[in-house]
Amino acid sequence: MLEARSVSKCYHLGEVDVHALREVDLSICEGQMLSIMGPSGSGKSTLMHLIGLLDRPTSGSVVVEGEEVSRMTPNELAAVRNRRIGFVFQSFNLLSRTTALANVELPLVYAGVSGSERTRRARAALERVGLADRLGHLPNQLSGGQQQRVAIARALVTDPSIVLADEPTGNLDSSSGVEVMNILQELNEHGITVVIVTHDDDVARHSERIVHIRDGRIVRDEAVTARILAAEVERPATTGSDEPGGVGL
Amino acid sequence: MNVVESFRIALRALGANKVRSALTMLGVIIGVAAVILLVAIGSGVQDEITGSIEGLGSNLVFVFAGNFEDGGGPGGGITIRRQFTLEDADLVQRRLDDRHAVVPIVQGPATLRVGNRTMRTTIAAGNEFSDTVFTSEYESGRGYRRSEVVAASRVVVIGSSVRDRLFPNQDPLGRTLNVSGQRFTVIGHVVAQGGSLTGDQDNQIYMPVTTAQRLLGSTDISSIVVKADTADEVDAVKHQVESILRPGFGDEFTVLTQDQTLGLFQAILGTLTFMLAGIAGISLLVGGIGIMNIMLVSVSERTREIGIRKAVGARTHDIMSQFVIEAVSLSVVGGVVGIALGAAGAAVLQQWVPTEVTVWAVGLAFTFSAAVGIFFGVYPAYKASRLDPIEALRYE
Repeated sequence: MLEARSVSKCYHLGEVDVHALREVDLSICEGQMLSIMGPSGSGKSTLMHLIGLLDRPTSGSVVVEGEEVSRMTPNELAAVRNRRIGFVFQSFNLLSRTTALANVELPLVYAGVSGSERTRRARAALERVGLADRLGHLPNQLSGGQQQRVAIARALVTDPSIVLADEPTGNLDSSSGVEVMNILQELNEHGITVVIVTHDDDVARHSERIVHIRDGRIVRDEAVTARILAAEVERPATTGSDEPGGVGL
Repeated sequence: MNVVESFRIALRALGANKVRSALTMLGVIIGVAAVILLVAIGSGVQDEITGSIEGLGSNLVFVFAGNFEDGGGPGGGITIRRQFTLEDADLVQRRLDDRHAVVPIVQGPATLRVGNRTMRTTIAAGNEFSDTVFTSEYESGRGYRRSEVVAASRVVVIGSSVRDRLFPNQDPLGRTLNVSGQRFTVIGHVVAQGGSLTGDQDNQIYMPVTTAQRLLGSTDISSIVVKADTADEVDAVKHQVESILRPGFGDEFTVLTQDQTLGLFQAILGTLTFMLAGIAGISLLVGGIGIMNIMLVSVSERTREIGIRKAVGARTHDIMSQFVIEAVSLSVVGGVVGIALGAAGAAVLQQWVPTEVTVWAVGLAFTFSAAVGIFFGVYPAYKASRLDPIEALRYE
């Protein structure tokens, strides 16, 4: 359902050309949970930007659900992102001074959904990530884990087919991290394709497939044998999922 | 995304930086208030002068020495080679039909003294027809008669301000008034007419033209005023006066009807009003630059927000309209407050200067402030809308 065909991305930094990606081929099946792993500077973020339609490749093509998107205009890409792709970032990227509910409503605003319908769907998405009682809170009144769950609710609210998570647990303590991974695995069980970009082997092993990338090339593509299920890790650790998780020890 | 939504986002963003928004608006508020206030003064003065000229009656023809139509010398002034004298006024009176009244006018400064009270004032002198021509009304007493004009009697009619200053709570009739060192008898007291920018008529004294010439030591007269018997005859009288004076003066005199005088004043005051509006407009422009400045700051501060909005699906025009609406809201709200402030200021100033808040000034100020918002908001908004989402998300 998502395919990158020999995509390359080349940046010009002064007089030096930096090849962030060199003819990468990658296909992600519908409903798959996949991790892209590599050290920093390997090109994994660039790859995520390309399959997340935030950027266009220098050469090669990206196909989402049979639709060639690499030649689309920025506005057309924005519309496809809005409908089909949800993003979860390492640093949450919520709008400050804006309530959790309004943050989750944001993609629906740009999708042209009317006010009451928007609130209803945003509320449902926040309930799904266990934040039904935090609708009116501002990001700075929420713990890191709660903020990331708001971000996941925002990614879900448009019913996307893919959720892209860039180091989703990078700024979280371990128990909040487990919560977030649990939610991502739940989403995947409900049929949403989940792609995680990480340099952490533990995080990557929550998915069913790991693509290793180094120096702009895919070096290994493996199926995960001993998959970590966050739900099982979580149960003995914490009982209440609404505990503020930002104060890790 | 619809316009209502854009407005909500813009207003929320402005509310988040209240002090900054208010200060930015202040630039527009001052500009718009200045436009409203200065134009109000301009129009008010114009109305007042128009009113006071029209108040003289519509049948008047004014004759001045010097040619106004040439526009004068390099400095724009009018050189007067020869002033009128009483003989010229007599000539006009004799040659015109008796039904038309001719008044030679002399104006000049004077110092008044009664006991130890003194004041400076202006003399307006004419002949026995002055009362009919200028439709004077007397609080008490009478105007000067023909015999007093012929004899150059030292009689004087005083305006109401003069009475209040020199004869407070007294009946001035028959009292002695010292005018520039000579003793005059007060014979009349004119009804208060209110202030006027053409010269405060309440602050004047009136006397026979011959008396005034002696007092001022001159045989010149300032102008000649002719009142045509009917309004239909004004143009005919004007042409007759021209042909009477041409042999003696050539082109060196000007005859203006009431309408022409009005037109002249209105042209001058209209230009003045536009100039005032222009000066005020510059401050509005400066206010607009303030908006642009703050919007540019706002765009770079909110780079990350723009990145987030783009990542979740905002298109170029969504971001563009958000920032343009923000700038326009600043300028429009500033414009409305400025209009209110300018109108309030005009109402307060009314005590000293005639003011009139005109619809066109309000419309112009409002349109201009909205235009300033759009003009100065578009560039920062364009900058915001072109941001690369990846760059914007990376921005700290």
